[in-house]
Amino acid sequence: MFKNYIKIAVKVLLRHKLFTFISLFGISFTLLILIIVTSLADHTFGKMKPETRLDRTLSATFFKITHTENHHVSAGPIMSYYFFNRYAKSLETPELVSISSFHKRVETYKDNKKFKFSIKYSDAEFWKILDFNFLEGKPFNNNDVQNINQVAVITEDTKEKYFGDEDCIGENIHIGNKNFRIIGIVENVSALRSLPFSDIWVPITNNEEDIFEPRNEAVGFPSYFALVLAKDKSDFPMIKSEFQKKLDGVEFFDDSRNKITGGVETYSETLSRVFLSKGDAVNSSGLMILYGVLILMFMLLPTINLVNINVSRIMERSSEIGIRKAFGASSFTLIGQFIVENIIITLIGGFLALLFAAFVLAIINNANMIKHVHLLINWRIFYKSILFALFFGLLSGVYPAFKMSRLQPVEALRGGQS
Amino acid sequence: MIKLSNIDKVYRTDKIETLALKEINLEIKKNEFLSVMGPSGCGKSTLLNIIGLLDKPSNGNVHIDSQEIVKFQDRKLAALRNQKIGFIFQSFHLINDLNVVDNVEIPLLYRKMSGSQRRKLAMAALEKVGLSARTRHFPNQLSGGQRQRVAIARAIVGNPEIILADEPTGNLDSNMGQEIMDILHNLHKNENTTIVMVTHDEHIAKQTERIIRLFDGAMVN
Repeated sequence: MFKNYIKIAVKVLLRHKLFTFISLFGISFTLLILIIVTSLADHTFGKMKPETRLDRTLSATFFKITHTENHHVSAGPIMSYYFFNRYAKSLETPELVSISSFHKRVETYKDNKKFKFSIKYSDAEFWKILDFNFLEGKPFNNNDVQNINQVAVITEDTKEKYFGDEDCIGENIHIGNKNFRIIGIVENVSALRSLPFSDIWVPITNNEEDIFEPRNEAVGFPSYFALVLAKDKSDFPMIKSEFQKKLDGVEFFDDSRNKITGGVETYSETLSRVFLSKGDAVNSSGLMILYGVLILMFMLLPTINLVNINVSRIMERSSEIGIRKAFGASSFTLIGQFIVENIIITLIGGFLALLFAAFVLAIINNANMIKHVHLLINWRIFYKSILFALFFGLLSGVYPAFKMSRLQPVEALRGGQS
Repeated sequence: MIKLSNIDKVYRTDKIETLALKEINLEIKKNEFLSVMGPSGCGKSTLLNIIGLLDKPSNGNVHIDSQEIVKFQDRKLAALRNQKIGFIFQSFHLINDLNVVDNVEIPLLYRKMSGSQRRKLAMAALEKVGLSARTRHFPNQLSGGQRQRVAIARAIVGNPEIILADEPTGNLDSNMGQEIMDILHNLHKNENTTIVMVTHDEHIAKQTERIIRLFDGAMVN
C-alpha cells in the first residue's frame, strides 16, 4: 500500500508542475532558513573545539549591579578580574575555575605593515578547561602567569599573517609596548565562540591595568568572565548555590551600588537571563518556549500557504477519494494516505533544502563574513531538519486531509470525472 | 439479502427541498440480477447509492444480510463496502494517474494481503474481462469499452457478493454495451453474484431477471 501511496504522490507532483514548484519552494525555503539558523546555533553554542566539555562547564559573564533605592543600573559583561578572583576562584565545589578577559582589538606593526588582531588575557586554567588543538608548542602555565612572563599563544591564521611561512615558536610578536614570545600555535577559533575566541592569548597578569585593585566592575574594556569546570554535571546546582552565597555577601566599594544579580550558568541560562528578565533571573524554560513559539510562527506562514494549496489539490482529487471510499477506504485510512503523500512531498522539500543549505553554507564560509566560521551540516542538524520536515508535513497535511475525509462517497464522486 | 424499508431521501439546500426517493420498500434476493429503470431524475442512481452504502437515507432502514446498516459508523461501512460490494459507474471513475492493474488492485489495498497476492488477484480479474494484455496501460490509452472492462475487473477483484452497476453501458455503443452485458451475465451465472443495474435502456433491462421502475422517486409497477 505504501508503494501505491508513493506512486500517487509522485504522479500528483507531476500533474500540476506550477503548484508543485510553489509547494516545494515554500517548504525548501523555510527549511533552508531553519537549517542555516540551527547550523549557526550549533556552531555558536554546540559542543565543538575548543568547547568540548560544555556538558560540565558553566560560565559567569552577565551581571547586573543596582542600587535598590536609586535605580542606578549597570548590566552586562562588566565584572572585573578582582571580582572573579575573590568570588569565583574561591569556589570549592568545581574542579577548575578560570578567569579571562573578553578579547579586545589591538594594532601591531611589522616591516611597515599594520596588523589588527584580537587579544585575550587568560590564566593557566583557561587551557585546562577548554580543549584547544595545539598545532605546535604548548600553552602558558601558572608560572608564566605569576611571573608575568611575556609569552603568547597565537592562532595559525595569526602566524600566517604575521610570520608567513617562517617558524615562529620562540619568535616575538610586538603588542602595545611589549614583546611576547610565541610558545604555542593553535587551530583557528570561530569568532562566534566569544568566550574562547581570540587571535592571541597572553597571561592575564600582562594586562596594563592593575587587575588586583579592589573593584567589582571592570574599568573600560575589556571586562572579564569566569569559566567553571565541574567534576560532574550533577554538581551544577551545588556550584550555583555556592556562588550565589558569595554573591549575597559581595562587598561594594561604591555607595551607589548595593545589589548584584548574576550567576555561573550554562549558555542558555545566560541568554534567558539577558533576553527574558533584563538580567534579573534565569528563565530557561521561558527561553525554550520562546524558541518554540518563534520557530512555530516562522513555520506558520508557509504552512498556511501549503494548507491552502493542499486543500485545493485534494478537492481536485475528489473523484479518486470517492472511488477509494466506494471500494473500502475509511476516512481514517484516507487521512493517513494524504498525510503520507504530504510527508513525502515535504521530505523531498527537506532534502532539497539540505542541498541548498550545503551550497549557501559554503558561500557563507568562503565569504569570511565572520572570522573563522566554518558552518557545517552535521548529522545532528540533518536529523533535526528531517524532524522539522516531518512536523511541517504533518502540520500542513492534517487539515486538508481531514476536510477531504468528511466527504460522503457520493459527494466525492460527483465532484470529479474520469 | 438486501432489504430496504421505507426509504426516503431528501436533498436540502437553503432554498429548496427535493424529495429524491419516497417510501421505497425493496427486497433483493441472493443471486438476483435486477435492473432499475426510470426517466432522468427519478432517483435511480440515488437508490443505487443507498443500496451501495455510498449515501445515507433521510429516513428508513437498510438491511444487508440482516444487519441494520443505517447505524453503522464510517469504518464499518467502509469494511462492508470492501467485502461485499463492487461498483461499476457510467463514467468509469478510473484513477488516471494509475495504470490498469493498479486501478484494479484498489479494493484489495484495504484488505490484509501482500502485494504479490494483490497482483495475482488483479491479473485474474483482468483475465476474466479479457484485458490481461493491457495491464501497464493508463486509462487515457484505452477505449471506452476497455475502460469499462477495467472498471468491472476492479469491481469483481475482491469477489463481492453484490455488484451495483450504474448505467454501465451508458457511455458505450451497442456492440461494446453488449460485451459488457455478456461479462455481467457471466458473473451472475458462474460466480452467483447478485447484480443490481441502473439503466435507461429497455433492451438491456429485459436481459435481467426483474425490472424495478421508479417515477418521481417512488416505485411503480
